[in-house]
Amino acid sequence: MFRYIVRRLLQMVLTFFGATFLVYALMFANQDDPYQALVGERPLSEAQRAALDAKYHFDDPFLTQYWHYVKGLLTGDFGISLTNRSINDMLAEAWPVTIKLALLAVLISAAIAVSAGVFAGIRRGGIFDHATLAVALVMLALPLVALAPLAQVIFGVKLGWFPVTVTRDAGLYDLLLPALLLGTVVFATELRVTRSSVADNMRADYVRTAKAKGLATKRVIGVHVLRNSLIPVITLIGVDIGALMSGAIIVEGVFNIPGVGYQLFKGIRLEDGPLVVSFVSVLVIVFLVINLIVDLLYAALDPRIRYE
Amino acid sequence: MNFDPQAPLLQVNDMHVEFRTRDGVARAVNGVNLILRPGETLAVLGESGCGKSVTAQAIMGILDSPPAHVTKGEVLYRGVDLLRLPEDERRSIRANRIAMIFQDALSALNPVYSVGFQIGELFRTHRGASRQEAKRRAVELLDQVRIPAAKSRVDDYPHQFSGGMRQRVMIAMALALDPDVLIADEPTTALDVTVQAQIMGLLAELQRERTMGLMLITHDMGVVADVADTIAVMYAGRVVEYAPVYDIYARPAHPYTKALLESIPRLDFKGRGLNVIGGLPPALTDIPRGCPFHPRCAYARDVCRQDPPPPAYQIASQRIASCHFIREVLGV
Repeated sequence: MFRYIVRRLLQMVLTFFGATFLVYALMFANQDDPYQALVGERPLSEAQRAALDAKYHFDDPFLTQYWHYVKGLLTGDFGISLTNRSINDMLAEAWPVTIKLALLAVLISAAIAVSAGVFAGIRRGGIFDHATLAVALVMLALPLVALAPLAQVIFGVKLGWFPVTVTRDAGLYDLLLPALLLGTVVFATELRVTRSSVADNMRADYVRTAKAKGLATKRVIGVHVLRNSLIPVITLIGVDIGALMSGAIIVEGVFNIPGVGYQLFKGIRLEDGPLVVSFVSVLVIVFLVINLIVDLLYAALDPRIRYE
Repeated sequence: MNFDPQAPLLQVNDMHVEFRTRDGVARAVNGVNLILRPGETLAVLGESGCGKSVTAQAIMGILDSPPAHVTKGEVLYRGVDLLRLPEDERRSIRANRIAMIFQDALSALNPVYSVGFQIGELFRTHRGASRQEAKRRAVELLDQVRIPAAKSRVDDYPHQFSGGMRQRVMIAMALALDPDVLIADEPTTALDVTVQAQIMGLLAELQRERTMGLMLITHDMGVVADVADTIAVMYAGRVVEYAPVYDIYARPAHPYTKALLESIPRLDFKGRGLNVIGGLPPALTDIPRGCPFHPRCAYARDVCRQDPPPPAYQIASQRIASCHFIREVLGV
């Protein structure tokens, strides 16, 4: 197990540099004139450009620029954004909000999706099963881009149940509506995966054995069926956390939540290369770490899986 | 529950089971009668789909309903009809009085729990034993079914055992609470021949020690000849012949039994073609009128194609066969 983790960590280093290099290259190729994008309509003098070049190295060849960037990364310094702010500070401000939002979204959606999925799976083909299928289909069909502003207008503006926008130091309740909306992205798949996994396991031979052992239905389902059915679901939820971190762009945009997605979106529009690359790098790390945790969890839950 | 110690250990009377599905009603069991005495081995023999496993699962009460429904009949354990018991009383019969082992131990054991947990679970749920006590008993049982180094293997998972060892684990689990009836549903089918013999030997030995009634479900005539006292041959959800093992091998009374015996490969017939029973067993959704075996039967005449199907004729004190032409088949 230990050797497996070490090997995975080494692989992560390679993946990390590969991914950042790619993002850096894409950002570099996409850059038209970032200084002009920054100042807008006003003219930019040669002297000003030279000063900015000295700061951001945009006049250097691509590989030199990348080298500067990697050097910064390795010393834990992400540099400064084109808006002249320390990217370290921006990350430190944005991440806690997004983590809160994503965790809240995952917890709520997983709790509802898994319990509904379990009940639907136990009584496959029943009324509840069909009802949850309908809900899941509706959720899959409604894109977040439409759902988020709609919910904001109805529950925020018209009914006034939730704040319309969310500030940096928002409490959990302020984040509830955005988290619910974000959760809809993963709700349908989590529900359906749980449901079919439970339904499959209900028909498994070992369930027949458990019944023949004279165990109560509660125990047959709670101990035997659930442990087996939830293995794929837990890995799915793990992967979903990563997806939600990056998928927060729309919700954070709609509710003006100053999180990762919001900053990233702004950065892309302003051609703010240093900012985009830094935020994406951290996303890559988060994604890789979550994937590793999910794989380890998988082995902990299923004794048939052993990593050598 | 008032069990009558004088009553037969296990008796099945006129049991009917059907599966109600969207494609129609499959009549899997159509009036099965069986009787099992302490220390007796009753082999239930038949092709796939003849209703032998369904009969066993109906006795245990572990059929999924829907789609399965026991529409008629009695399952008497020491005189008490299990089909009329409320679910919690019925549950206390399982594993305590009547236990069952299944064909493929790999899928019949839960892959994510250790074998010790799965055996110990019986003591914890039925006897209220502590975790340590349950584990201690599990080690004892693994030892009794001759799993080497039981103590160190009790925490292993099913996939870490070989096929034969897994079936031993199943047997240990079934015998944990000292049942007096053991139903073994094709316990050796998934194993290779040498292991088959070991497992059958183990079962016979454990049965002798405990004077347990053993209901052995199989399609293997070879296995049956060695261990069974009595044989019930099933076809299309009915027992077509019921007899002591020697009588049935010496002189089968039903054309189906006869055909089965003739299809056993024999060394002295080397080089000759193997006898097979032509045709297929009937679809349970569409069992032929009259005797269900008539489309494949060499003795079939008009009377066989008409309802009612042949009744169960008593041939001798312990022998029953349902065929209109028993005398002809027996060759008397």
